[in-house]
Amino acid sequence: MNRLRIWCLTPAGALLGGLFLIPLGITLAYSLMTRGPYGGVFSPFTWENYSRLADPLYAAILWRSALYAVTATTICLFMGFPLALFIARSGRRRNLYLSLVIVPFWTSFLVRTYAWMFLLRDTGLINSMLLAAGVIHQPLTLLYTPFAVILGLVYGYLPFMVLPIFATLERLDKSLVEASADLGAAPRATLRHVIIPLARPGIMAGSILVFISSLGAYLTPDLLGGGKTIMIGNLVQNQFTSARDWPFGAALSLILMLVVMGMLLPLRRQSGGML
Amino acid sequence: MDDTVLELRRISKHYPGHRAVDGISLRVPRGALYTLVGPSGCGKTTTLRLIAGFEEPTSGELLLNGSRIEHLRPYQRNLSTVFQNYALFPHLTVRGNIEFGLRRRGDRHIEEPVRRVLELLRIAGKESRYPHQLSGGERQRVALARSLVLAPEVLLLDEPLSALDPQLRKQVRAELKNIQRGVGITFLMVTHDQEEALSVSDHIAVMNGGRLEQTGPPREIYLRPATRFTAGFLGAVNWIGGIGVRPESTRASTDAPPPEARSRQATVQSTTFLGNRYHVEVSFDGGARAVCEVPRNSHLFSPGQDVHLWWREEDEMRFPDQ
Repeated sequence: MNRLRIWCLTPAGALLGGLFLIPLGITLAYSLMTRGPYGGVFSPFTWENYSRLADPLYAAILWRSALYAVTATTICLFMGFPLALFIARSGRRRNLYLSLVIVPFWTSFLVRTYAWMFLLRDTGLINSMLLAAGVIHQPLTLLYTPFAVILGLVYGYLPFMVLPIFATLERLDKSLVEASADLGAAPRATLRHVIIPLARPGIMAGSILVFISSLGAYLTPDLLGGGKTIMIGNLVQNQFTSARDWPFGAALSLILMLVVMGMLLPLRRQSGGML
Repeated sequence: MDDTVLELRRISKHYPGHRAVDGISLRVPRGALYTLVGPSGCGKTTTLRLIAGFEEPTSGELLLNGSRIEHLRPYQRNLSTVFQNYALFPHLTVRGNIEFGLRRRGDRHIEEPVRRVLELLRIAGKESRYPHQLSGGERQRVALARSLVLAPEVLLLDEPLSALDPQLRKQVRAELKNIQRGVGITFLMVTHDQEEALSVSDHIAVMNGGRLEQTGPPREIYLRPATRFTAGFLGAVNWIGGIGVRPESTRASTDAPPPEARSRQATVQSTTFLGNRYHVEVSFDGGARAVCEVPRNSHLFSPGQDVHLWWREEDEMRFPDQ
């Protein structure tokens, strides 16, 4: 039995150990070194890459990333909870609706994000239809705006909110809802005092998943946003490519990771073991 | 006691291809412990759910204190349910569970009623525990307290004892009756256990196949069942030439029976020791069988022995309808 357990662990253990822990160590080392003129890194060691984060330019990007992630998470919560509740109460159709939530995952996220570009651009479907209907006379600027980025984040990560909430609501004993009504609670009071408190682990898990995914998003702000909507993910990518500043890129990645872990650890318990 | 608190008039609940409840009419007297009893699938739980408002009747009327309530939502009915699994809110303490209904009602002064119900049900001191920290019996008392504190017109109990172990069940049964007497609230209970129904109820309604077989006080329906189903469901019956006699009213003797008694010749097949009594199984010429219950200290019979099986006329159960 013990030998079998070790064998079970080996493939994933080797992969994570080799391709996660070692690169993480390299990233940590790079973040403490000096940039080379054409990329790469040099000693001496320095803390300068971390102190540069205080620069208002970068601080603004960090702040914007957090703001977009919080906004996307909030919108996902207010859209995802009612949807999860609807699906959990759909009886025989439940599996159909659930698969409709998951179906977008069957297509590449890149392709789906491109599709949004075609919808949102000045000559895109939305503007064409509004122009044809006479609602507007000039195309609306939708693409390359904060609106487009947040829309992309909400669209991409809504299932991460719906699925854990659905999981808690599905487990919720129906007789508790009946007991609440029986004790005089109108539907709204039942929602507030029974359903939402009991769905709390799913709400916490979904919010954490959406927030973390949004905070580190790279593709969505890259394709749907412009220069003014750059997020941490894009900043990191810039440092390793056009800016050729690997040590600063490494420092940014580590800071993002630490922020996520710092949030996750205290919140994990509230998700009731779902994360 | 002829004051009716709850009345069902031809209440039906039909599902596609299935009549769960089929035209039930009954009156629950105020202050009574009224029991709906029947085998599983007879529609008794559906009837309770119709009264509570969790299901809508296909047809029929429901009257609480003379007013129609079948169109009201559960939270608009002054009734309360003790669920079979108790359905305590796991995220609330004992106190939170008991205060739940009072708070929804917007009552200002909840301290005193909560304190009284905690004492009545002997759960004082456990207010800050969560349901998962309680024993089965304590959970049941919290479920009762949570409903009783609202002083409903009728308390509905769905198989209240079935989740308890058999040792505890008889004790809680007596306690339930005492509580009901003490608070004076009408209890409408559902059970599949005929002994439970007979021992606690003031009034019993026997259900079968979605219909009402018979209603009446326990003694009356046990001793004078209106149908063969009721007779057989409430206790064992010896069917002797179209009439029914309960085993405890059936005697066996080697001597001639008293002249006024009804009797048949029978042969002893076996005897079974039951601790406080024996069961003697006998067979008649045609092959039919019967059981008579005899005291432990009475004359013992041996298999193959010919005996007189006799009973008194007043113990016969006749069913003119069949």
